[in-house]
This record gives sequence, structure tokens and C-alpha cells, in this order.
Amino acid sequence: MLATFWDTLRDIFPIVAIIFGFQYLVIRKPIKHFLKVAIGFLMVWVGLSFFLMGLEQALFPMGELMASQLTSPDFLPAIAEGAHRHWSDYYWVYIFAFTIGASTTIAEPSLIAVSIKAGEISGGTINPFTLRLAVALGMAFGITLGAWRIVMGLPLQWFVLGAYCLVIVQTLRSPKSIIPLAFDSGGVTTSTITVPIIAALGLGLASSIPGRSALMDGFGMIALACLFPIITVMGYAQIAQWRSNRPSNTEPFLVTSATKPHQGDTNAL
Amino acid sequence: MNVIYSLALQLKNSLRDLLPVVLVIGFFQLIVIRQPLPDTLALLDLALGLLYVVIGLTLFIKGLELGLFPLGENLARAFVQKGSVTWLLLFAFALGFGSTVAEPALIAVAARAGVVVSQSGLIENSSLAQSSFAFTLRMIVALSVGTAVVVGVLRIFKGWPLHLMIIAGYVIVMLLTLLAPAELVGIAYDAGGVTTSTITVPLVTALGVGLASAIKGRNPMLDGFGLIAFASVMPIIFVLLFGIFGLGLVAEGAS
Repeated sequence: MLATFWDTLRDIFPIVAIIFGFQYLVIRKPIKHFLKVAIGFLMVWVGLSFFLMGLEQALFPMGELMASQLTSPDFLPAIAEGAHRHWSDYYWVYIFAFTIGASTTIAEPSLIAVSIKAGEISGGTINPFTLRLAVALGMAFGITLGAWRIVMGLPLQWFVLGAYCLVIVQTLRSPKSIIPLAFDSGGVTTSTITVPIIAALGLGLASSIPGRSALMDGFGMIALACLFPIITVMGYAQIAQWRSNRPSNTEPFLVTSATKPHQGDTNAL
Repeated sequence: MNVIYSLALQLKNSLRDLLPVVLVIGFFQLIVIRQPLPDTLALLDLALGLLYVVIGLTLFIKGLELGLFPLGENLARAFVQKGSVTWLLLFAFALGFGSTVAEPALIAVAARAGVVVSQSGLIENSSLAQSSFAFTLRMIVALSVGTAVVVGVLRIFKGWPLHLMIIAGYVIVMLLTLLAPAELVGIAYDAGGVTTSTITVPLVTALGVGLASAIKGRNPMLDGFGLIAFASVMPIIFVLLFGIFGLGLVAEGAS
């Protein structure tokens, strides 16, 4: 316990030194409410230490336990001696991955805030709840695909590079003002609680499925969980744009003063 | 008391973050798996651990809101007003670097990566080699986020198009993937997602939005977010580069 506190002191030292260093040596203004700030940093230190201890004691073991139980021979359907297991035998793994991805994302407070803002900017063409659904489905799909990849033992780069190509094509065809939001939604989904659970699940799957190694197969779930929301959000924006353009052919989707000159939609000009 | 009330509010938020995880795992344990917990895991330990997570997250986020966030935002504003590009870039780099070093998700995942890498024999199997690998990984990711914020700030100054730069970043990732050792590809890709989390996103977004609103002709909505997009591509590039050039050194140094 003491070791954790000592380690986290080392972890938060750089940002404390940077903030105070720039404040006193470069900007040279005293800090207002110094006591409040000091208490804040103290809370960050204690909080981070407790969080990391809890992570080691509960979240990581729970993720790994789920992975090993859902892939144990006692739990999986019986197979003939020496036969190879089909990937579909692991269907509970995929259901678990999908459920954990969707449920942790759909109620994420920062996502709710972002989607309401996006709805306002779009002037009604983007429905905040549908946007949240798009992010949650993208996240859940990314994790499920990551679990399936580990079961199959396929190289991660195929999936990531394929997703990159899709993101690039979509970026070139999406309304400009949705792009930052779409990229942001990839980061929003991976909260501090979700990341360790997903990491533990991936490593646990890779170490308990025969023929997989934790090093070669266990990582990559977080990467896919970040990429697919970008794809689903841009996809949703494209569908919303197409639907709002088709009946009226008037105002294009999501026009703000800054994006108007970039808009590729000739109907707007 | 105001502080107590806001702490209670944050406690509620932390619980709500944790609730879906506990509910889904509980449902699977009771309905689908229906097996007793293994001897190595006691229910009481798990419950205590979850309590640590909730308390820790609550204190951590509330502490950030009391101290680091207002101070960081004030500094960002002060540097934008100061008008010195050199100091602004230096501050941007330091902010990205320092906040990433303290990022909880990165601390946790880097520690796991250290264990996995040493068990597979890539580096020496000792706790010292594990923690030195985890530390190196975190420093590389922190350097990359610092660089990403600098590039993002320069982009806001120059008005370079965001999507073209992101695409360029993706192309670099694809090319480096071909050259990097396969053992490090998964860790590199995950490093991109881990960094954009609790501390880094609010601090870096504050810098971007502040800068974009101070410069004429920039849109805070469009330009402020771009920094985060860079911060999730740059770590992949840096860790892949580390795999190509630096991994041999670490492995030698450890043995």
C-alpha cells in the first residue's frame, strides 16, 4: 500500500512541477486560492493511489476471471477428442464483449454532453440519442470484433488498417463539422474504468484460448474500441445528411459559419 | 458545505461509471457461468477493491477539478495572451507530457504490458525489468502526446486542414507497422486509445479551445478538438518507432 502511494507520487510529480514551474517562473503570477489548489493535488494523489490499488484488486482480476471462465472447457460445448474447436463455440465471449462495450458507453456522462451539443449544432438533423446509440454500437462492435480476432488468432494490423481505410474514405465524404466530433467520440468511449476491464479481458482470452499468446494476441481491443465509434458516427452523419438533403434539396447538413466555405455540397452555393 | 455536496455528486458519477460493469459481470456470473469463484479470489476482496476504485476515482476527479484543471486552463489562457509562440509551444509540450505521465489508464495498461512482455521472454523475467519496460513505454507515450499537442497547436496557428494531417498520420502508422516487430504492434495500437482519458483530454482541449478562440478565423468547435485526434495517433507512431529502433537496446540492457 505504501509502495503504491510512493509510486503515484512519482507519477503526478511531472504535471505538478510543470504547472507550478510555468506559473511561478514564466507567467510569474501568484496562484489564487492556493489552499484549495493544494488540497486538490492532495486528493489527486490519494485518489490515484486508491484507484490503482482497486484496479489490481478488483477490476483486473474480474476481467481475467470472466475471460478464463467463458473459455474453460467445462463451460464450452463438448467436442470430440482431438477435434478443433470452431470459433462459434465461443459465442458467450462475443455476447459478453458486446454487452460490456454497449453498457459502459451508452450512459457515459461525457458522451451524453457531447451528443446534446452535436444535436444543437446540427439544427435537428442529428438526434442526440441516435448519436449515442451509434457510438455505443461502434464501441461494442469494436470490442466484439477484437474478441473474435483473438479467438481466430488473426493479425491485429489487418483489422486496424482496414478500419483506417474506412475512416479515411468516410472522412473525405462526411460533412466537415462532424469530423472533429467523430474523432472525439473514439476517445470519449474509453473511460478510466472501461480500459482496464477491456485490457484484462483481451489478455485473459489470449492466455486461456489454446494456441494464442498474450503478447501477440492479447492487445488491440482498446484500439478497435476507439476506431469503430469514429466509423459509426461518420456513417450516421452521412445517412442523416443524405436523408435531410433528399426531400428538400435546400440547406445542407451542419452548416456553421466556419465550415460553409469548405462545404463540398454544390446545392448550398 | 459546497465541497461535501460536490464530492457526493462525484461519488454518484463514479458509481454510475462502475455500475454497468458490475451489473454485466454479475449477470454473467449468476445466470450464465454459475460456477463458484476460484479460491484465489475472495468476494470480500473484490468488493473492497471496487470500493477503492469508486473512492479513488471520486477523489481523483474532484481533486483535478479543484486544482489542476483551473490552474491548467488559466495557464493556457495566459500563454495564449502572452503572444510568444516559443513559450506557448514549450508549454503545450510540457502539458501533454506531464498529463500523460499521470494518466491512470496508461499506468495500469503499461504495467500489464511489462508483465506480458517479460513473460514472453522478450525482456528479462524480473520485476525490475518489467517496471523499467512499463516506465519506458509510458515515457515514450508521454513524449508522443507532448509532440502531438505541439503539432496540433502549430496546426491551429497555420490553419492546416485537420483531416489531411490525420490521414497522413494513418499512412505513417501503416508503413511503420510493416517494419515494426510484430510483438509490439498490439501494444502500440492500444497506446493510442489509452492516452486520451481522464487528465489529458480536459487539459489539452482547454488549450486548443482557448487558442482557437483567441486567433481570428478559427472555430473553437472545429480546431479545439483536433488536438485529441493527434494525441491518439502520435503514440502509435512513437511506440512503433520504439519497436523498430529501441527495443533491442532495452532487451540488451536488461540481460
